[in-house]
Amino acid sequence: MKFKHENIEINAGLLIALTLIVVSIGGLVEIVPLFFINETVEQVQKADGRDAIHPYSPLESRGRDIYVREGCYLCHSQMIRPFRDEHLRYGHYSLAAESQYDHPFQWGSKRTGPDLARVGKKYSNEWHTQHLLRPQSVMPDSIMPNYPWLLKDSLDYSDIQARMKALKAVGVPYSESDEEYEANIKRFGPEVAEKLDIVYAERNLIKQAESGNYDGDKSRITEMDALVAYLQVLGTMVDFKSYEEGHFSEFR
Amino acid sequence: MARAGASNEQYNYEIIRKFAIMSLVWGLLGMSAGVWIALELAFPALNFDIAEITFGRLRPVHTTLVIFGFGGSALFATSYYVVQRTCQARLFSDGLATFTFWGWQTIIVSGVLSYMLGYSQGREYAEFEWPIDILITVVWVAYLALYVQAIRDRTQPHIYVANWFYLAFILVTAILHVFNNLAMPVGLFTMKSYSAFSGVQDAMTQWWYGHNAVGFFLTAAFLGMMYYFVPKQAGRPVYSYRLSIIHFWAIIFLYMWAGAHHLHWTALPDWTSTLAATFSIMLLLPSWGGMINGIMTLSGAWGKLRSDPIMLFMIAALSFYGMSTFEGPLMSLKSVNALSHYTDWTIGHVHSGALGWVAMISFGSMYHLIPRLYSTKIYSLKLIYAHFWLATVGIVLYITTMWIAGIGQGLFLRAFDDYGNLKYSFIETVSFLHQPYVWRAIGGIFFVAGVVVMAYNIVRTISQAKREAAELDAKIAAKMANA
Repeated sequence: MKFKHENIEINAGLLIALTLIVVSIGGLVEIVPLFFINETVEQVQKADGRDAIHPYSPLESRGRDIYVREGCYLCHSQMIRPFRDEHLRYGHYSLAAESQYDHPFQWGSKRTGPDLARVGKKYSNEWHTQHLLRPQSVMPDSIMPNYPWLLKDSLDYSDIQARMKALKAVGVPYSESDEEYEANIKRFGPEVAEKLDIVYAERNLIKQAESGNYDGDKSRITEMDALVAYLQVLGTMVDFKSYEEGHFSEFR
Repeated sequence: MARAGASNEQYNYEIIRKFAIMSLVWGLLGMSAGVWIALELAFPALNFDIAEITFGRLRPVHTTLVIFGFGGSALFATSYYVVQRTCQARLFSDGLATFTFWGWQTIIVSGVLSYMLGYSQGREYAEFEWPIDILITVVWVAYLALYVQAIRDRTQPHIYVANWFYLAFILVTAILHVFNNLAMPVGLFTMKSYSAFSGVQDAMTQWWYGHNAVGFFLTAAFLGMMYYFVPKQAGRPVYSYRLSIIHFWAIIFLYMWAGAHHLHWTALPDWTSTLAATFSIMLLLPSWGGMINGIMTLSGAWGKLRSDPIMLFMIAALSFYGMSTFEGPLMSLKSVNALSHYTDWTIGHVHSGALGWVAMISFGSMYHLIPRLYSTKIYSLKLIYAHFWLATVGIVLYITTMWIAGIGQGLFLRAFDDYGNLKYSFIETVSFLHQPYVWRAIGGIFFVAGVVVMAYNIVRTISQAKREAAELDAKIAAKMANA
């Protein structure tokens, strides 16, 4: 039988079937391999053989929720590109591994403000708190909105376990059982493993907020505490000085 | 006797009227929200320290209202019209059609309110949280069922080309929506959820969705609109049937590969983004195939441009479509993207497509469609001219200021001094953006002013239709009384 396009034009089922086939190919070729090619996300290990990149602590994770809630990603990227100017301005280009526990990713698509992938530890907690309250008070030409409610609103951490369990369900290695806890000690070391335990999430959250005192107010835990804790950990997990120059370029 | 609102019409026009009117309502609201957030960027005091209206929360409100509210309702309206007319078949269920209307409006309202209250998935153009995502899926299945059944009920063998595009749009949107929104809710009674994917895979899935939302929701579907309304308004057949076949299959195949060009120079593997760039370049051909097919439909009838402002909208839309589908492949080149990415050039590019192509072809189609839905003529052709020029001036202002802002900021950020240090701090580029941001907002105000003119014209058209219908009724009643 000779093929005629007319055969498709008169058969709705055939039109639908062929359309589905034609539109599926691109996604299948580009997305599916990313889950199976190991080099897609590089292994970043410290000198002691433990994973450099670890999931966020309960407080940082809540800070990240606030980051998503306020739509920070619409003006700030978290993805440094391998260019000289970005290297000078922000630091080493971002590794895939650094966002491997980010559900959802927050790479962003627009820099109305600067990239935040390595903002952690660059400014003091006081600076961040002041900047979030009133950006123009530290950066007169800034066009960022004020976020006064972050300091007014106490952090709701009543559902912190449910949140961590949901993240665990999508693959973040938070621990619930003893075996998982032991595995985390091997993988991340005892200090980090403790922060990743769901059972003690609330205790750990309070502990970090009190000892970190991110918002300068020890009497209560605010949303500011959580958001600043998150900002301060961004990009700090890999110590690039401990790797030879060019070490990471083989993964690109 | 074609009375407006009569339920025994040959086709279900009532559902089309509802969606057509709501597309104008959402368009007006969504574009006004756009002007507002543009002003917030120029004058940050306008954030007023109110959480619900800060830029970060209002930006998804703007994009959702214009893409899904305005664009989506325009597509529901025109696709229901086109499929019924070209298949000569009524939608099989009035109830299901009404469900798609109320379902879609609920989605828009609840989405917008939820962002303002702080519920967002944090993924561009897919900010709806999981309960709304489920409702979208249900409404979309109903839409697909109505559409496919109308095609199956057609009274002639051929499926008209506009329907291929609409059908591809409905199918692909379903696939994209479901896979991109796979997420784990924190609890059954909370809105918050976490994406099933993370990092690189999440980014790839999101931009496969994001780019094809542009490719199918904002392009293929509006090409379907173009393939019906341009030939109708011109009173001429489609320029080349063969070209429409080739460019249909090419465009739906190629688009799906192009998403990763949003992720150049990121932690996404190079092979993926290179592949995406390659397909983006190829995409120029079928895109221009559609533009040429649309514009050439007018060949031999160019005189209509002098007398018909609706045709003016359609041809301007196709021209902007051609321009932005040239700019797109250009920006997908890695070297160009290194400069343009993260800057306002991208925002300008989106708007040359969204205002120039999507909105202009929708306005043209609505000016054609709405008088027919109410069995009358448009109230004022002069006001259509006024709308056209307000819109055109608005778009041109918008695009050029964003070129200045984007290319300017890109160049500032990569400038070095004689010693090899960065020449400008980031905040200096922000100060530079102020003036382009003010002019961009003015461009937006022009565009919204045009929509206000259109809304007035449509309101007058509808009330004129009601008056005419009442007069006709009175005449008939008088005749009946005399008989």
